[in-house]
Formats: sequence, structure tokens, C-alpha cells
Amino acid sequence: MSDAVSALQGATHEGFVTVAEAGLVGMLSIRCDLTSKTLLKALKAHGFPKPEPRQIVEAESGALAWMSPDELLLICDHAQAAQLARTLSEALEKTHALIGNVSDARALFRIQGAKSDQVIMKLCPADIAALPTGEMRRTRLAQVPAAFWRSGPNEISLICFRSVASYVMGLLEISARPGSELFETASPSS
Amino acid sequence: MLTLTCPCCGITAEETEFAPGGEAHLKRFGPDSSDADFEGYLFARKNPKGVHFERWRHAYGCGKWFLAARCTATLEVFGTYAAQTHKPPADLIKKIKAKRPEWEPQA
Repeated sequence: MSDAVSALQGATHEGFVTVAEAGLVGMLSIRCDLTSKTLLKALKAHGFPKPEPRQIVEAESGALAWMSPDELLLICDHAQAAQLARTLSEALEKTHALIGNVSDARALFRIQGAKSDQVIMKLCPADIAALPTGEMRRTRLAQVPAAFWRSGPNEISLICFRSVASYVMGLLEISARPGSELFETASPSS
Repeated sequence: MLTLTCPCCGITAEETEFAPGGEAHLKRFGPDSSDADFEGYLFARKNPKGVHFERWRHAYGCGKWFLAARCTATLEVFGTYAAQTHKPPADLIKKIKAKRPEWEPQA
């Protein structure tokens, strides 16, 4: 079988922050009634608590994000995604649910640096300054849908469709060019 | 610019994150209805200056449909509520009446 490659194969740009495509990442899309006991049990077996609206929680086997009232996104190791999808599908066999391995249909970016907020601020209609840690924000990045969250101090992770990965990289790279900062400090209030 | 709150995910965002879906609370007239009813269902839409009920979809967010009441003249949003609602909720009507005393809800 051919080797899996990520959309931009880890391309990196240095601006006033570092913008990098994160390489191969496993992602499972889970469509189900999120109050289903079978689902909660299956998630608990992998160390995930009950997903709360818009929250993303990290666990040993990856991260679990609430995407909509009937959709979750499980982010895991690329090599384990297929196996994890099988395990979850088996656990949810008798439930009205769908597990999709979307690892190769998405791209993940990491924006690292004290001013990483500003890169996103220029591209999204969302209120980035008010975005709490642990919240998955789905919104519009210029002309395409995207989702992002604060994945660490001074780091934002961003997911988009693979087909628009090079467009998104172009946006992020231009938005992060030195001299185009919005303010001197990390945020307008600090 | 319109600022809507999606009742499905709780996000408050501006209108470019949403997709408009036209007038809300339409009654469908399908096969076996009269030509006039069917034409009305397909084409006749209210176009008020003032309070209007609309369908919106959180297209770039959670992807869910919901309903919104807003003023077409001032863009004031009175409230948003679930798409699975046949009539505007009573508390929303009360709220609109308080703000627009001359407005009358239509049957």
C-alpha cells in the first residue's frame, strides 16, 4: 500500500510566529446522539469524559472535541486511527451512530508564538481575545470553514479540510509576516 | 451587521458565519393542494419593515438550522430559537411586544 502523507508534508513558515502544518494526525468523526449511554461508555473506555458543548478535552489516547450537538471529533495518532475506528464501531454496533476515519481528509496546523492570536484575529470573524482555553471554536477562516483551539500556552491548533490546506497555509503565512502585527503585545489588553 | 446567537451551540457570531434560509414558519402545500396555495407556498413571502421571523443556518459553525426574530429596519435581533418550533415561542412574542408595542403577531 502507498505511504500516507499529510497535505503539506510538514511545511513550516517563520514570521512573527511559527506556522507549521502538523504532519500526519489521526482524526475520527463520530456522529451519534451524544447522550447515548453506549457512546459515553465507549468513550470512557478510551479515557474520555462526557463531552460538553464546544469543549475539547485531552486524554492519554488523544483529544476529543465537541463539534455540533450530534458530532464529535477524536484526534489521535495517525497509525492508531483505523484500529480505534474499528473498536468504536464495534462498541456502537447496536446504536444509531457513525464513525468515520477522516484522518486523510483533514489538515492540522500549529501556530506557535506569543502573538499567535493575532494571526487568527486577522482571518476570522470570531472574538479570539475572549476564546477560553479548552474551547473548540468552529468558524470561518477567510473563505473556508476551520476549527481551532488553544492547545497550549502561546499555541493555537487549527483544523481545516485537506483540499484547502494550501490555501489555509497561504493565509496563515501572509497573516504571520513580520511587520504585520496588530499590536506590540500579545493581546490588546496586556 | 447582524449578530446572531446559535441556540444549538451557544456561539454568538456575526452574520458571515451563518447562511440565511429565508422566511420561517411557512406552511407547506404539496400535492393535492390548490394551485393558489401551492403558488403561495413557493413564491409568496412576507417582506415587512420591522419584525420578521427567519431561518438561519450556522454554516461555518455547528451546521445546524435555527430560527431568529429580528427587525429588518434596525437589524436588532430579538431572539433565536430551535428550528423544531412551529410557532414563535410565547416569551419571545412578549419580548418583541415590549419593544415594538405597535407590532401584532400574525396567526
